Amino acid sequence: MDKYTIENLELFYGDFKALKNINMKIQEKEITAFIGPSGCGKSTLLKTLNRMNDLVEGCKITGTVKLDDQDIYGKIDVNLLRKRVGMVFQKPNPFPMSIYDNIAYGPRTHGIHSKAKLNEIVEKSLRDVAIWDEVKDRLNKSALGMSGGQQQRLCIARALAVEPEVILMDEPTSALDPISTSKIEELAMDLKDRYTIIIVTHNMQQAARISDKTAFFLLGEMVEFDKTETLFSVPKDKRTEDYITGRFG
Amino acid sequence: MRKYSENIMKIVFLTAACVSIIAVILICVFLFASGVPAIKEIGVSDFLLGDSWKPNQDLYGVFPMIIGSVYVTAGAILIGVPIGLLCAVFMARYCPKGLYKVLKPAVDLLAGIPSIVYGFFGLMVIVPLVQGSLGGSGKCLLTSSVLLGIMILPTIISVSESNIRAVPEYYYEGSLALGATRERSIFRAVLPAAKMGIMAGIILGIGRAIGETMAVVMVCGNQAIMPDGLTNGVRTLTANIVLEMGYASGLHREALISTAVVLFVFILIINLSFMALKRRADR
Repeated sequence: MDKYTIENLELFYGDFKALKNINMKIQEKEITAFIGPSGCGKSTLLKTLNRMNDLVEGCKITGTVKLDDQDIYGKIDVNLLRKRVGMVFQKPNPFPMSIYDNIAYGPRTHGIHSKAKLNEIVEKSLRDVAIWDEVKDRLNKSALGMSGGQQQRLCIARALAVEPEVILMDEPTSALDPISTSKIEELAMDLKDRYTIIIVTHNMQQAARISDKTAFFLLGEMVEFDKTETLFSVPKDKRTEDYITGRFG
Repeated sequence: MRKYSENIMKIVFLTAACVSIIAVILICVFLFASGVPAIKEIGVSDFLLGDSWKPNQDLYGVFPMIIGSVYVTAGAILIGVPIGLLCAVFMARYCPKGLYKVLKPAVDLLAGIPSIVYGFFGLMVIVPLVQGSLGGSGKCLLTSSVLLGIMILPTIISVSESNIRAVPEYYYEGSLALGATRERSIFRAVLPAAKMGIMAGIILGIGRAIGETMAVVMVCGNQAIMPDGLTNGVRTLTANIVLEMGYASGLHREALISTAVVLFVFILIINLSFMALKRRADR
């Protein structure tokens, strides 16, 4: 099943063309990685998938992006879209409130106020990201007191708590130490049975380790998109080969 | 030579710093030295809790004025905080750039208007309004609260606005990414993150309201009695001093200074809580 169908997508920041004629289909319940050097447009593309680009002034989009069969730039409820498509940011950004309230924020936003139901969601979400045992005794403590790796897993749990279908991860481990990084990677692989995951990463090894498909971007263009194994072993495009062998980037 | 001039400058700076510290110390010493003996003479509980202020009968109970100040300030907070906070939210998150260029200087100007002008505004506009709609003389608790509520707006707006602006954008984005509306993201994610700073703004506003004199004297009615009802007159601590200082002598004069001591203690408490909040916010 195709989760996202992107056709002839072009994106402009003012006069600058940040994405050039992107066409791709993203499979559900797989991990798709976007790689490429800084400024290649991979994060920009990620943000078009839940319309976070709407916040950027002067950002214009042409072409279509379909989630299932619905054009997300058509007449849709953007808040509902963002409920279906969760996002994890580069820098862990738990809200300055308790661990419990962080997780409960999303469900409360969408109208769940029953204490029992919230308790259940909080526990389930924290178990899903494997930090329940670490934090169950301090759910009412500030989330800002957690380590960076814990904070990032909390942010993933917060995204899971609204029961999304897709999780977008924007370089989720770039601010973390190697041990936390490997935990997040394991987590992503656990989650792909239930969610479609799209991850932007600077780290080619990371893409190779965890993703099923990889797309390589350069200067706003999608150069190559293929099974991860294929892309890293027999890249079709010379530029992909140059990048993954470390000739630039 | 250089070392010499450096030392001179050091002394100049040190002197400048000392002047302000000495001023504070002198004020403290003066206030307590001339105010405390009178409190002793009148009796601490008679002074602080006595409910009649009749200098011609040697009755110096300052309690009605304490309550008056507290009520007027509370009223000002009730009116000023919601308006100021919502205005700050508007300025920080919603305001189009063109309008901001008008709004910001207007708020700054509001802060710069002398209090006597506010007093006139209260006297000419708010007093007749209250008189017309609620009866009474119009010079009352409600009028004072409304006027002070307006006067503390600029403090609350500018402190809150800068603190809301200082909240990292990723809280806002994090909330939107969960499917929250813009309003919910601002009020449930951004504002709680700016909570400490906003509290500091409110405390500064309280300080301004409780210390305000001229504007309040003109509209509060000035009856030295326990305030009863929104449309009845009140007298604040500040008003008490300024109204009688001109002709008071002897114990009466000292009792007025003691009133200032009470006011000073209020301000001290407010400033200390402001500092404590700031320390927590900085962490």
